[in-house]
Amino acid sequence: MSVREEWQEAYGSSELRDADFATMSGIPLEPVYGLEGAPGAPGTAEAEAPGVYPYTRGPYASMYRSKFWTMRMFAGFGTAIETNWRFKELLASGADGLSTAFDMPTLLGLDSDDPRSVGEVGRCGVAVDTLADVEDIFDGIDLSAVTVSMTINSPAAVMLAMYAAAAEASGVPRARLGGTLQNDILKEYQAQKEYVFPPRPSMRLVADTIAWCAAEMPRWHPVSISGYHIREAGATAAQELAFTLANGFAYVEAGLARGMEVEEVVHRMSFFFNAHIDLFEEVAKYRAARRLWARWMHDRYGAREVASLALRFHCQTAGVSLTAQQPELNIVRTAIEALAGVLGGAQSLHTNAMDEAMALPSARAARIALRTQQVLAHETGVANVADPLGGCWLVESLTDELERRASEVFAHIERLGDGSMLEGVLAGIEEGWFQGELADSAYRLERQLSSARRIVVGVNAYTEGNDEAPIECESVGPDDEARQVKRLSTVRARRDEGAVVLALDSLRAAAADPTVNLMPLLLGAVRTYASIGEVMGALADVFGRYVENPRI
Amino acid sequence: MPDRVLVAKIGLDGHDRGVKVVARMLRDAGYEVIYTGLFQTPAGTVAAAVQEDVDAIGLSMLSGAHMSIVPKVMDELALAGASIPVVLGGIIPAHDLAALTQLGVAAVLTPGASSTEVVAAVRGAIEATRR
Repeated sequence: MSVREEWQEAYGSSELRDADFATMSGIPLEPVYGLEGAPGAPGTAEAEAPGVYPYTRGPYASMYRSKFWTMRMFAGFGTAIETNWRFKELLASGADGLSTAFDMPTLLGLDSDDPRSVGEVGRCGVAVDTLADVEDIFDGIDLSAVTVSMTINSPAAVMLAMYAAAAEASGVPRARLGGTLQNDILKEYQAQKEYVFPPRPSMRLVADTIAWCAAEMPRWHPVSISGYHIREAGATAAQELAFTLANGFAYVEAGLARGMEVEEVVHRMSFFFNAHIDLFEEVAKYRAARRLWARWMHDRYGAREVASLALRFHCQTAGVSLTAQQPELNIVRTAIEALAGVLGGAQSLHTNAMDEAMALPSARAARIALRTQQVLAHETGVANVADPLGGCWLVESLTDELERRASEVFAHIERLGDGSMLEGVLAGIEEGWFQGELADSAYRLERQLSSARRIVVGVNAYTEGNDEAPIECESVGPDDEARQVKRLSTVRARRDEGAVVLALDSLRAAAADPTVNLMPLLLGAVRTYASIGEVMGALADVFGRYVENPRI
Repeated sequence: MPDRVLVAKIGLDGHDRGVKVVARMLRDAGYEVIYTGLFQTPAGTVAAAVQEDVDAIGLSMLSGAHMSIVPKVMDELALAGASIPVVLGGIIPAHDLAALTQLGVAAVLTPGASSTEVVAAVRGAIEATRR
């Protein structure tokens, strides 16, 4: 079958939105252009098509003609009750997926009453101590009808257990839950630095969730392989692409080492990329990511199912591109970045609010950010045609170049691991190679800004207006912290202490045996209302805690 | 001998891009820079600063916890009887500036500060302490 025929067949069996696929002046639009005559991938004779291997032009033949991307807005601050209000507000204003941000203590597996948590509770996201908080966050929301994304890594398995337990208590069996757990621990050591245990036991927890979800939660994405934080920590587009996919290969190898089949490991994996301000390079990055992933899954790991080969991704506009100066300009930056994500074929998108360089988003700023996506979807017409920049000489050339640069990085990592990508990534983390590469890139950019070789409007040029009155920002006060600490002590006072101790003892024993999948034990522990700090502490008793060797 | 600066991340905030960029800026400007790594405590940071006999401390804070962490650092410095100037950088809302100055913070750098401004703030803080 030719590429055109293969695409035609896939397109023909796709359901389409009820819409007129034409320009504003009425010129009818094809679903995709350039199936004949457009340049193909290097070394191949044929043009590429959306929904056709290697999926450079998109994972689906009909792309946004079937369904717009999911407008998934990341939210969560203060207490569970406040987050629950925000979620209901977002659902009412048209969002169709929820995304949960947790506070720093939760992300590091600490309770709100831990001395290290003072001043951090509820500040960068919602505080979760026990199952009771997760029940509050999702109170009154039908969990079989929305998909929920949870941005958490080191304690990801614990949070998954809490979510499954909360859903089941509300009458929704876990097999019906749809959503995504970030659960990408490798990029924590490389970039975001929210780690608790050393890399190897952490990888065991990731493999446990992958295996458990494959068996018990078939609609759930157990890992969202995230380039977002790698980019925010200073990576170039090429480094974001290369490190993210390399981490993906490492998770695949970790699953295979468990004796899982490749399809079982990969078919629910998804990606999370940054959408930065350099429009064409970003579009090329997503295209190169799909092509590279498909080829590696097919050629190296032997995957054959479309779900395993076709890379799907969420993206978020670049927080690091936002400025505290003249913050309204961030609306413009975010719109361009969101456009890059859409032109690059994202499956879901979060748009940052204009005030995020200073604070957590206010309700108004968050609404404007969501409205930006709605303008893109409904007004601009960019969703009418799949891969609209395919065939653009610049974008095709950048796609090939990013692919080439990423392949060089893969070769380096493979050498570090003596042929294993998993070992190569772990070695790169232990040597500080990834961390050093990111710090080098971040500093290179900083010097370009300091010497004004690169301009950021309002920062190193066009600063008139910087002194204008600041926009209103959200603030989280100590009241929230006190409320959350009180909530935790109430839950502790009510629970059956004997059951907690027993569950934590069983968890410790199981953690010491690497052949045991810890998910059922975590579920057992959280149901006793054991706190996240107690559960993570029990695991740390066995796994130890990671300390990074500090480097500049 | 070059002046010595200790740069630190205190608390749970793991965002270390900024602190590393600042560390390199200061190194390129001729300072000897000591970075103590992530998840440090106020007491540990001050102890390290005293032990290393540094001329200034740079704190990077992006999570919004500065108003609970900075007072502890200043208390620890007073307890140790050390007169080491503290320069704070990060996401610091304008309405906290007066309180931070009151606490004795020598300078506050906010997003967009250039390398010239960073170096000038550290140099100014060290000179003011010596006067």
